[in-house]
Amino acid sequence: MLSTKHLLGIKDLTREDLELIFSTADQFKEVINRPIKKVPSLRDITIANIFFENSTRTKLSFELAEKRLSADVINFSSSGSSVKKGETLLDTVNNILSMKVDIIVMRHSSPGAPHFLANHIDATILNAGDGTHEHPTQAILDTYSIRERLGTVEGKKVVIVGDILHSRVALSNIFALQKLGAEVMVCGPHTLIPKYIDQLGVRVEHDLRKALEWCDVANMLRIQMERQLVKNFPSVREYSQHFGLNKELLQSLDKEIVVMHPGPINRGVEITSDVADCENAIILDQVENGVATRMAALYLLAGKQN
Amino acid sequence: MAKVSILHGQLLDITISRLSQQLIENHGDFSNTVIIGLQQGGIILSERIRQRIKEMENIDVPCGQLDITFHRDDFRRRENILTPSKTEIPFLIENMKVILVDDVIFTGRSIRSALDAMMAFGRPQKVELLCLIDRKYSRDLPIEPTYVGKVVNSIQSQYITAEWKEEGHDDDNLWLINQ
Repeated sequence: MLSTKHLLGIKDLTREDLELIFSTADQFKEVINRPIKKVPSLRDITIANIFFENSTRTKLSFELAEKRLSADVINFSSSGSSVKKGETLLDTVNNILSMKVDIIVMRHSSPGAPHFLANHIDATILNAGDGTHEHPTQAILDTYSIRERLGTVEGKKVVIVGDILHSRVALSNIFALQKLGAEVMVCGPHTLIPKYIDQLGVRVEHDLRKALEWCDVANMLRIQMERQLVKNFPSVREYSQHFGLNKELLQSLDKEIVVMHPGPINRGVEITSDVADCENAIILDQVENGVATRMAALYLLAGKQN
Repeated sequence: MAKVSILHGQLLDITISRLSQQLIENHGDFSNTVIIGLQQGGIILSERIRQRIKEMENIDVPCGQLDITFHRDDFRRRENILTPSKTEIPFLIENMKVILVDDVIFTGRSIRSALDAMMAFGRPQKVELLCLIDRKYSRDLPIEPTYVGKVVNSIQSQYITAEWKEEGHDDDNLWLINQ
């Protein structure tokens, strides 16, 4: 059983929690590859997906996971809602809970928003990304995908490349990888690496080639233009020349490395098309594993509600 | 905690042979039949039966494993969440005769879950149930096995546990335990 009632961040989970999610996801992966991809486990559960920020992959993945578990699902997005009329977050959620909702899956642009909600309402909260803070299910599916490809996460060297400063994926991945015994490095321009990130126990590198020569896995992050209030690098073209991964660079290494990307990909910026579509890339595996791991997380959280 | 052996060693082996013989009588060359063992108690038993049929008739019956965890009717009604086990059914059961195998039938709820879980792999022509132990007079649902190794009268507070050589035990043994 999970040690927490909510899934707010990887920081709150134990290694045992992560391994329980993985072993449960293994069985759900088999389920989603059956002719009939549905189990009745959550048929008495209602889940609200509350997205105050844009999302394609995560929202679809959660919705599919919920439906594969036979839960009743309602979707809410802030655009075109009463939030625009001045309703507070707590009032919005309490109104949704009045409809007898058991689990809230929430994405919000403010770091800590799901933690705030968890302190004020009884329903189980699952954080689907809170600003630049955490994105726990992305880290779970990323580490699950590494485990699937390499057999284990323990002892592997993983470099996270790109916009570390604005990335909730990076922070959750750092926590998850460290809990599972991996070594972590971050790589990017000085302006996109948080000043004291080494205090999290990660290495810092500003030379992509050196980082790739060190690692077993490279997780290439998207440049988050929507969160950048100032210009952190001269141009996208210059960024891609220094920190973009292309086939030539990949083939010049004297070893095979696994290439990951949380999506959506800016082809030609952080990763070129020939790399995104090559055998080393597990980007589509990550998407498939996203459904299985989210099914596992929802199943285990629902099981705590008896 | 008192425990009584209800099947062990040679008697258990004879029982497995008898059950296999019954299957041979009813399924002939097994051309349209598959065996599915239920996690976790039915797995070793189903493998033993498959092996015995192979020894007797030189027929290798396809054998799968089915986990029912996600189909149980007591999810969120138990103290702990059950950890799911592996499901591996490397064949389609559409229009096949399926022999479900479990070590013990008690309330019938696990078998109900198994029937539900199995439907994800197709619509079988016919389903039969083989159980080593039938705990009589304890059914919650109208489900009865087609083949039974031994019938046992027991009360609610008792439970049955199996020990198999495959799990590292010195001998095969099924115990009726008083809590």
